Amino acid sequence: MVRSPQSPVLSIHGLIKDVGPLSSLDGKMLRVVSGVSLVAERGQVTALLGANGAGKTTTLECAQGLQKRTGGSISLLGQDPDTGGASLRSRVGVMLQDGGLPPSARPLPLLRHIAGLYANPWPLDDLVGRLGIDTFSRTGVRRLSGGQKQRLALAAALIGRPEVLFLDEPSAGLDPQSRQLVFDLIAELRDNGMGIILTTHLMDDAQRLADYVYIIDGGRNVAEGTVQELLQRSPVTDHGTDHVRTLVFEAPSGLDLAAVLPDDVDVSEARSGSYTVTGALTPRHLSALAQWWEAKGIMPASMSLEARSLEDVFLDISGKDIR
Amino acid sequence: MSTAALQDQQQPASLLRRVLLQGRYEALAMLRNGEQLILAVVLPLLALVGLTVTPILDGMGSSRINVAVPGILALCAMSTAFTGQGIATGFDRRYGVLRFLSTTPLGRGGLIAGKILAVLAVLCIQVVVVGLVALALGWQPAAAGWLPGLGLLALGAAAFTALGLLVAGTVRPEATLAITNLLWILLGAMGGIVLPAERLPAAAQAVVHFLPSGALGESMRAAFLGGAVNGGAALILLLWTVIAGAAAIRWFKWN
Repeated sequence: MVRSPQSPVLSIHGLIKDVGPLSSLDGKMLRVVSGVSLVAERGQVTALLGANGAGKTTTLECAQGLQKRTGGSISLLGQDPDTGGASLRSRVGVMLQDGGLPPSARPLPLLRHIAGLYANPWPLDDLVGRLGIDTFSRTGVRRLSGGQKQRLALAAALIGRPEVLFLDEPSAGLDPQSRQLVFDLIAELRDNGMGIILTTHLMDDAQRLADYVYIIDGGRNVAEGTVQELLQRSPVTDHGTDHVRTLVFEAPSGLDLAAVLPDDVDVSEARSGSYTVTGALTPRHLSALAQWWEAKGIMPASMSLEARSLEDVFLDISGKDIR
Repeated sequence: MSTAALQDQQQPASLLRRVLLQGRYEALAMLRNGEQLILAVVLPLLALVGLTVTPILDGMGSSRINVAVPGILALCAMSTAFTGQGIATGFDRRYGVLRFLSTTPLGRGGLIAGKILAVLAVLCIQVVVVGLVALALGWQPAAAGWLPGLGLLALGAAAFTALGLLVAGTVRPEATLAITNLLWILLGAMGGIVLPAERLPAAAQAVVHFLPSGALGESMRAAFLGGAVNGGAALILLLWTVIAGAAAIRWFKWN
């Protein structure tokens, strides 16, 4: 089969999903996804970023054929996931948010069973070794730690050597070592050409893993781009097109920074002696600050300069209200 | 794994192999579960012994055990297909196992087929164990009864599997546990399955004939006592299978 390197593994256009009818809404349907569109490519990690309840998992489940969509179109490896059948499912790996592992099962027999469903599975010993499952391969699933369960669920999703891998909140419950192991494996699979689609509400995950990010809020796309592109977006309170940065330093309390810095930056003393300067900082700002410190004989105890994090971008876009 | 390995397009194992694997996996899971074994084998054997040492079935057939065994086999089908399978499916649904497996090449259809296969496999083991114990206790089944008896037992298992899936797919697993265990006791004692309708209170008799438990018990006794097929009871079992199966397909919630 000849495959264009450009053909996306997944494309979703105008996805709509209603659930219900719900008694809490007087028997009306609730629209949980209202027009999500996205494209995921081979050899890339595509992240769906959003708060809990934004519609990320529902979008993935429609793409996996687990939920029937109300409207819109989905093409998974060129096929409709609702009608693709076993041959399509054999090319797609899914790691669900809640794992989907029977508590009474033991890891090795379970993986061996799932491997048997594929014509040409990933060699079990290799996969089990790669994910460190060999150290708990005979322990019942119900006695595994959160990180062990996540690694087992990832192995179950990978055992069929999928071309597309769906990961729903892959770092949930992972300790730092497991997280590194899992992230390294994801990066390697991506480099080998797998198309990986993951959801996360952790900005740090997206920042470390994603080649392309879709920010989902209220069942809609609200922003998209590479991590770099998103970081370069101007905040809502626009200061121009320069990169926004944040300078944090510790110094004696009560300094009147506003007198020194131009009013195009935000200055705050979040707690006594800890200052935050945010805005489109330029060398001119830093120079003004340094000259003022020199004149007053102030040496900051600590100082850091950071680009905006994806979290800042996310909060700018989706608002800071708790929902 | 190399890049080359990724580029051979994956294929599912054959449908037959997928269903057989799932059937074996689920059957072994049932046989390894202590509570399921008690329900599937120990309780039916206790009931068999109880019915042969008490006079409760006297006067209904050639011997106590000949009347008792067909009902016990029917009870085995209810244990495995309804209560055992229902509880296992209810908890698999809770833990997302059904959702995960339906994303693999197995799919929803393969999952259901595997469950039916597992029920039939465990039922075969029950028939062998109960049959051997019963033969040792002096059971003399009608030779002509084996073919219709085993066929109707499979039909009864289908009806109870559909009912078990209907319960497991529509209520929480704790409720499935309560409902299927309670019905096992009620139908086992009063549903015409081990005690023929004639031994039940008059008020119950009219209803019992139309229950899946009563229909299965009666058709099993007709087969193994007289080598006959009770057409009416078989029809009732068939109706239960079709209606419960259609209801399960309509209302089963996968998540």
